[in-house]
Amino acid sequence: MSSHILIRSLDRSATVFLITVAVIAIAVPVLNLAVPQSSDFHIPTYLVALFGKYLCYAILALSIDLIWGYCGILSLGQSAFFALGGYAMGMYLMRQIGTRGVYANPILPDFMVFLNWKELPYSWYGFQHFPYAALMVVLVPGVLAFVFGWLAFRSRVTGVYLSIITQALTYALMLGFFRNNFGFGGNNGLTDFKDILGFNVEAETTRAALFSITCVALMLGLLVCRAVVTSKFGKVLIAIRDAEARVRFLGYRVESYKVLVFTLSACMAGIAGALYVPQIGIINPSEFAPGNSIEAVIWVAVGGRGTLVGAAVGAILANYAKTYFTSGVLAPYWLFMLGGLFIGVTLLLPRGIIGSLHHWTALRRARISAAAEEGVAAPPPEPQPAE
Amino acid sequence: MKIQERLAQAEDRAKEAFERTLLYIEGVTVSFDGFRALNNLSFAIEPGEMRAIIGPNGAGKTTMMDVVTGKTRPDKGAVIFDKLHDLARLDETEIAELGIGRKFQKPTVFDSHTVYDNLELALKADRRARATLWTRETADERRRIEEILQIIRLTAVQNRLAGGLSHGQKQWLEIGMLLAQDPKLLLVDEPVAGMTDVETQQTAELLKQINREHTVVVVEHDMTFVRELGVKVTCLHEGSVLAEGTIDEVSANERVVEVYLGR
Amino acid sequence: MRFGRACLVALALAFGLALGVANAQAVSLDDAITHFTADDFDETLIGVNEVVASGSSRAETIIGALQNGQLMFSAEKKAVYIQDAAGQLVDAATGQPAGGPPPDDLDSVHLNNRLRGAIDAAMGQLTLLSRDPERRYQAAQAVFKSRAATALPTLEKAIAQETDGRVKVALEQARAAILLTTPGTSEADKLKAIATVRDRGDQDALGLLADIPAHETPVVAKAASDAIAAIQTRLAEWDAVQNLWYGLSLGSVLLLAAIGLAITFGVMGVINMAHGEMVMLGAYVTYVVQEIIRNNAPALFDYSLAIAIPLAFVFAGCVGILIERCIIRFLYGRPLETLLATWGLSLILQQAVRTVFGPNNREVGNPSFMSGAFDLGGITVTYNRLWIICFALAVFVALLGLLRYTRFGLEMRAVTQNRAMAASMGIRTSRVDALTFGLGSAIAGIAGVALSQIDNVSPNLGQSYIIDSFMVVVFGGVGNLWGTFVGSFVLGVANKFLEPFAGAVLGKIAILILIILFIQKRPRGLFALKGRAVEA
Repeated sequence: MSSHILIRSLDRSATVFLITVAVIAIAVPVLNLAVPQSSDFHIPTYLVALFGKYLCYAILALSIDLIWGYCGILSLGQSAFFALGGYAMGMYLMRQIGTRGVYANPILPDFMVFLNWKELPYSWYGFQHFPYAALMVVLVPGVLAFVFGWLAFRSRVTGVYLSIITQALTYALMLGFFRNNFGFGGNNGLTDFKDILGFNVEAETTRAALFSITCVALMLGLLVCRAVVTSKFGKVLIAIRDAEARVRFLGYRVESYKVLVFTLSACMAGIAGALYVPQIGIINPSEFAPGNSIEAVIWVAVGGRGTLVGAAVGAILANYAKTYFTSGVLAPYWLFMLGGLFIGVTLLLPRGIIGSLHHWTALRRARISAAAEEGVAAPPPEPQPAE
Repeated sequence: MKIQERLAQAEDRAKEAFERTLLYIEGVTVSFDGFRALNNLSFAIEPGEMRAIIGPNGAGKTTMMDVVTGKTRPDKGAVIFDKLHDLARLDETEIAELGIGRKFQKPTVFDSHTVYDNLELALKADRRARATLWTRETADERRRIEEILQIIRLTAVQNRLAGGLSHGQKQWLEIGMLLAQDPKLLLVDEPVAGMTDVETQQTAELLKQINREHTVVVVEHDMTFVRELGVKVTCLHEGSVLAEGTIDEVSANERVVEVYLGR
Repeated sequence: MRFGRACLVALALAFGLALGVANAQAVSLDDAITHFTADDFDETLIGVNEVVASGSSRAETIIGALQNGQLMFSAEKKAVYIQDAAGQLVDAATGQPAGGPPPDDLDSVHLNNRLRGAIDAAMGQLTLLSRDPERRYQAAQAVFKSRAATALPTLEKAIAQETDGRVKVALEQARAAILLTTPGTSEADKLKAIATVRDRGDQDALGLLADIPAHETPVVAKAASDAIAAIQTRLAEWDAVQNLWYGLSLGSVLLLAAIGLAITFGVMGVINMAHGEMVMLGAYVTYVVQEIIRNNAPALFDYSLAIAIPLAFVFAGCVGILIERCIIRFLYGRPLETLLATWGLSLILQQAVRTVFGPNNREVGNPSFMSGAFDLGGITVTYNRLWIICFALAVFVALLGLLRYTRFGLEMRAVTQNRAMAASMGIRTSRVDALTFGLGSAIAGIAGVALSQIDNVSPNLGQSYIIDSFMVVVFGGVGNLWGTFVGSFVLGVANKFLEPFAGAVLGKIAILILIILFIQKRPRGLFALKGRAVEA
């Protein structure tokens, strides 16, 4: 049952990518923990956290590529799902602080004590249990995406309209989370985490483990996405992307397909957010900012939409560039570069990096096979177009 | 004969006529911003028949198809399919599920899928989203697709992307997709637009072949093609039926000549 | 609290009255002002009251000087002076310049809060008889608020000789306020007073009626509570009107921001995320124009907007055309890519402005005709909001006219409806595209001029409008300017009516949710296009 799905899912670029990530998942923690600091091969802990962040973004990019690249849904609210997942994890981490907080309240997180709250809000119940929090990481973005998607897709809101209302969604959430009485820490967000499942979040070993887990999550994410897009379901998605009305006339219920893939993508984004928070150590409402979503979309465009591997690669490259430029003397020009990236990619490299590579190899192969065919036999007669 | 008896008889006849129909369009009106695209349109299609719909531009041919397939809702009137279903209340998906397939005026196939995948998507199967996630192609399905590839003469290019096909090939692929869908009623909008004479003739044969097992409604401008088909013709004008009958009867009709064929 | 202090003041004044009025005629101005030389708050209070009671023509000047800290005294010489802005001393009683060097122990007359209250009340009384009707009106209002019983005789005199209707009403209301709060007024007078106050019908009237002592006769108490209920209804009505006004004002802002978008997005189908930045550029044009005027020709300041509007129109329009030629035209038919590219553009424009003008808010002033406010019934109407509404309507009408009656408008509509056909009719479609996009941007630019009057001019100015503008266009229906018009005002008014219940942020969230739900019912907006054109 599952083996044929696996075989179907693994094309060459996916395999190469998976092997690379697997190697990184092992190599980076080893180079961080086992190699002495004096060695040239030692990877400092801050870099481990930084790479971990990139990998979380790569998962987010995968989730965007799944819906945008394969179903034509350009969600500008993907960072909302990312942030919701992050908040769910952050709430678990807050509850773990317990009496080690500044106010040493065993139940209430510091910011609630500070706001003079007497009781834990209902929304925070259960978050002291990791399994519950982990469930919420997937469930909250998933349910929101399901409800939102159901409403939007049923009314056939498509294209830029959908983009705009998803942007409005994340904007509304951002406004809400900025408010103190929303109950999630206001504009300071959640921070000062102590430990996760009993391990100190600051410890090098924990960080290395989180890094490896993120690698595994990225690999699983890619596998799931590949399995989805290579199934008949995936073929329907591509068909929807190319000619939605036609798919309807074939008798497919387009909205169920869209809702399903949108929800799946939201869950993935939620997981990415949940892995992001313990590695970065903070989650605040600015993660909801509409700009973040659009930036994530451009990662996908850079790598190549509709290639999955490209999305992940694009996310890592774009973020590496961001780190590189914003930490140097070029910092004031970073926004110019980012803006230029948006324009340049859409105008000059619409297929993205990996997409263009695929395209070139496909072209070359077609040329080779055409040449070969010519040598063997004349091409079969085809009905001539009469334009 | 008493009036009541005659009324009852008329009613019986109407009922009988209705019983014989697959598609029954009654008094359908559609207006766009005051323009009446369909004006009290009524006609019926019997099971197993092939019908050609002709008419000048703006006669409401495409709008009629839109109404039948659920793309446009009529302001007034009823569209009854298979004596049971009021299509005016259903959406495109539900109508397609009932067994109505449509070929568009402009060929719309899935450009980034191969010819084979296009047919696979159209093939009659469980259409639910969750089912398609886990499904695997069966040998039966494979055989059926190969059969259709033969019929539409695209076996040689089955692994090519549909986007790379010629215009005529796309038209056929779309007809092939209709076949794969195996609907009770096929609506075919201008199947030979932009085809060469040879292709046109081949297409006519293809449609006749399809008509052996399916009911077909063809909208077409090309009178040679309609003649080739040799079926009952309905001429639309300004959103209602102007004339109906064999191609010779219709061509002889004064009004049809005036508004459409020209003298 | 405030009421408490008002009572104290009234009490103090009542005592002052007992002292002062008793020998009102007997006190000369000279005697009165010697109280100021004692350097004692109680003495000063007596002095204030006696100066008022003296009825001298200098009284207003003296109390005014006291209020402004310009009243000086010398304890040694028992003399009181007024020090003018230039530092010159004049004799308080005579107004003649004081000869000789200033006394060594010259000091200003000290004040405390109790005295300030008394002075305000005294000034109120003195200005009740002023020649300027506006000042009399202000004085009547001051007395209404202070309810100083000492003012009663002056008030009666003022009412008797008042000719201006508006001032007379205000004076009568002030008298009613005093009558209601002083013991010993007859029941009939109180009822009449309540009726007068009830007609006034504002928040102050409500406060006054609520202050009526509990031990009043049932008739008076009932009349008071009836009046309170009536005023509250009236205030609620005015509240609604006020919200409506704020809503219209917000609507006009939305209209200005969205109308350019309605052209680029609605008519051309181009989604321009940098639209907000066009608005921002317009605002910065205003800033630059005002800066130049401030430095070179301050007299022209009132014309700054008139100069800025065409400049912003041209500048933003040119930037728009440039954008269309360099970016957008390569992306027609790819709306999602256009969205991304223009977002990148918005980042660049913001950063460019940040680099040139700095990240902080820039000061843009209101010309004189746009500052200030007036009262209309129970609401306050500020001139800048009023002008912006007028401006938004004017821009809308001008645009409608442009589309309907000009050659360019005709070509634009032709290209929108059938590009190929338009091209074959000899219309240069690419030129029309560029000009249409330029027009949308230019309108955003002049919107920026207007918005610079009510919002902070910063590089982020455009960001705050972009989502709202898109909401308006989506809500109103794409491709329909009237939809944008109705959409703006409906959203503006809905927003302001929700705010009192939900707060500004939740109100905004509620609006967003409502729009999402609205799209359920009308996926193509309020004024959807129908027919074949929709699918194109």
